[in-house]
Amino acid sequence: MNAYLPEFFLVVMAFSMLAYVVMDGFDLGVGILLRRADALEKDTMVASIGPFWDANETWLVLGVGILLTVFPRAHGEILGALYLPVALMLIGLTLRGVAFDFRAKVKAERKDLWDQLFYAGSLLTALAQGFMLGMHIVGYYYSIANVAFAAFIGCALASGYVLLGACWLIMKTEGALQAKARHWATHALGLTGLGVAAVSVVTPMVSARIFERWFGLRELFLWAPIPLLTLVLFGMCAWRLERLKTASATRLKSSNPAWHGAWQPFACAVGIFCLAFIGLAYSLFPYLVVDKITIWQAATSTDAMRLIALGALISMPATLAYTVFSYRVFWGKAQPLSYS
Amino acid sequence: MDALVLARAQFAANISFHILFPTISIALAWLLVFFKFRETRSKNAVAWQALYGFWVKVFALCFALGVTSGITMSFQFGTNWPGYMNTVGNVAGPLLAYEVMTAFFLEASFLGVMLFGRSRVSNRVHTGATLLVAIGTTLSAFWILALNSWMHTPTGHVVKTVAGVTTVDVVSWWAVIFNPSFPYRLSHMLCASVLTVAFLVIGLSAYRLLKKDSKPEAKLGLVVGLVIAAVAAPAQIFLGDLHGLNTLKHQPAKIAAIEAVWDTQNGAALTLFGIPDERTRSTHFAVEIPKLAALVLTHELEGEIKGLNDFAQHPPVKPLFFGFRIMVGIGVLMLACAWFGTFLLVRKRAMPVWFLRVLVAMTFAGWVAVLAGWYVTEIGRQPWLVQGILTTAQAASQTVTGGQIGLTLALYLSLYLALIAAFVRTLFYLAKKAVQGDLPSLDTEVSPETAEDGP
Repeated sequence: MNAYLPEFFLVVMAFSMLAYVVMDGFDLGVGILLRRADALEKDTMVASIGPFWDANETWLVLGVGILLTVFPRAHGEILGALYLPVALMLIGLTLRGVAFDFRAKVKAERKDLWDQLFYAGSLLTALAQGFMLGMHIVGYYYSIANVAFAAFIGCALASGYVLLGACWLIMKTEGALQAKARHWATHALGLTGLGVAAVSVVTPMVSARIFERWFGLRELFLWAPIPLLTLVLFGMCAWRLERLKTASATRLKSSNPAWHGAWQPFACAVGIFCLAFIGLAYSLFPYLVVDKITIWQAATSTDAMRLIALGALISMPATLAYTVFSYRVFWGKAQPLSYS
Repeated sequence: MDALVLARAQFAANISFHILFPTISIALAWLLVFFKFRETRSKNAVAWQALYGFWVKVFALCFALGVTSGITMSFQFGTNWPGYMNTVGNVAGPLLAYEVMTAFFLEASFLGVMLFGRSRVSNRVHTGATLLVAIGTTLSAFWILALNSWMHTPTGHVVKTVAGVTTVDVVSWWAVIFNPSFPYRLSHMLCASVLTVAFLVIGLSAYRLLKKDSKPEAKLGLVVGLVIAAVAAPAQIFLGDLHGLNTLKHQPAKIAAIEAVWDTQNGAALTLFGIPDERTRSTHFAVEIPKLAALVLTHELEGEIKGLNDFAQHPPVKPLFFGFRIMVGIGVLMLACAWFGTFLLVRKRAMPVWFLRVLVAMTFAGWVAVLAGWYVTEIGRQPWLVQGILTTAQAASQTVTGGQIGLTLALYLSLYLALIAAFVRTLFYLAKKAVQGDLPSLDTEVSPETAEDGP
């Protein structure tokens, strides 16, 4: 049991990071889209993520917390190399998080300013996270080509978050806003796809080890389903979005105006993120810093890991239960947020 | 400036900004539980409900500011102080991890239900969610103060050095968590949170009364705040005294710097005011009360206090000397206000306008005292980061340059100052709006001008 503690924590950390990317991903996507909506729609959009964003963000704290407490040697190395983008991301997260609350409480004429900050904070966070992902893939080596690649991944991740956010809005809203969200989602698909493609092409080029993992004779057949399935999901997402367009054209006449497939684009988008994440995890394992620091080199003492593992085994199921509870309470189409 | 000074300034800026908000949310969460309890049990349900409705908004703001600045800290532990986790990670790691796993998820998950779930769940579930958030904030304080106290008074561990690399191993978790200064620091901080919130409630209620608010909750808020403060202020002085005695035992150099006692002496005088000078090793313009320092610190008139000159190294004297006097000064002022206010309440006399104005001025007094107190205790540990084990300089990053730290420090500082200003303004704006009786469910409100569609 003790021998597998680093692997156990890698799984917990990876799960937290994936949970963060998907769940705060749609929050940030909604934030980026905020600028394109009118005042009433803005309130609905914020209401659709209002009860969740705080808990969603906590997954980032858990992921980074495990990196800090279980893999301390890698935490210093990674965050030292990403110092400026991390600082920009933190400023973005701060702006987004506080704008959430300020926008609803300040004088009416100042609300617009906080909405702008909400948008700017969400966009800055998404770009910085994508840039960090790009630099992580190329092993933190700052060359012009690498920085350009990372900057592109920044834009692509922001686009991926917009896809998640727009699909979330399709699920949580109705009418004109839902139609707009469908339009946004369709537009975000392309750049998201390019980003996934760029990561898939560049990652094997960075290291011969990773190349072998994907293009070895046996591996090619074993792992080919991942990129293929990703492709299928992109196609399905586009198809379901198209279907929604025709559905919304006809449903005005029908007696049942709600479209029951509103969850499908979101499910496809989440699937795309999960598959991309699994592919990346397969490429990088067991390294925390590409071909430099493994999980075993970075791990803290066995005693500390055992104690944290005990806590994780007790608290993670509880956390999942709270999350399910909270999503169930606010299930269905977004309602106006009210403290009473 | 060199990278170490900048790294310290950056971390200090961040942690100072951060602590302002948990200081409010810890006690405010429990106050909200109390409001909910009174709402269901008292005849005056409407006023209690109005109090809950007002203060839950303040809580939401504080929580958002506390969470976002807390996330920043979880990154800066690694970026600014990589040597910290590498050396004492076996202690700090599990404590920080337990804070995230037991406290953060609890409070963050139930916050949504607490803030926006009132119409979606039963009243009992809503009260339960509020209670769980309160438990979460307090648990969070428990873990983080256990770690902080261990850094001042480390016990329950062994230090080992292999090939020039020093690490600590835990022998007893009980001794690590319940280290000698922990009970005092935890109770002192929790009481500080209660006092800060009490004066926040008093200040904004007084502001509403000055604006001629006739609704019962304005008066009720003032009464609740004054009664809490009247009990908490003397309790805090008592707890502070215990904490001071504990510090004298474990970190005597800190006490010597606080009191600016230069030479070891029996029956030391208490310096009320003066300007300590480390170059001349003396205090200029000192106003002293004979024997009082010895009496306060050793509880004996002729007790011995070890002077700064007898320590091989000691923390900087000026910030400790002044920080301590600011903290105690505000504490005494709080006690006076709380008791005078309670006296007026008991005698059923009207609050004079001048007194209400003083109370408004004291709205954020708790913040100043808390910051001053934390500066005293944290600067008082220097040059150590973990007393006797790791110095601050050893823990600093060797990879991040001063330029990067300086640039981000400037960004963080301007952001934090703007946010503090926005927070204070918004609180008074909410109070003003409450006076006008125009407090709709604010999140549904739409701004009058319609934002145009984006490009």
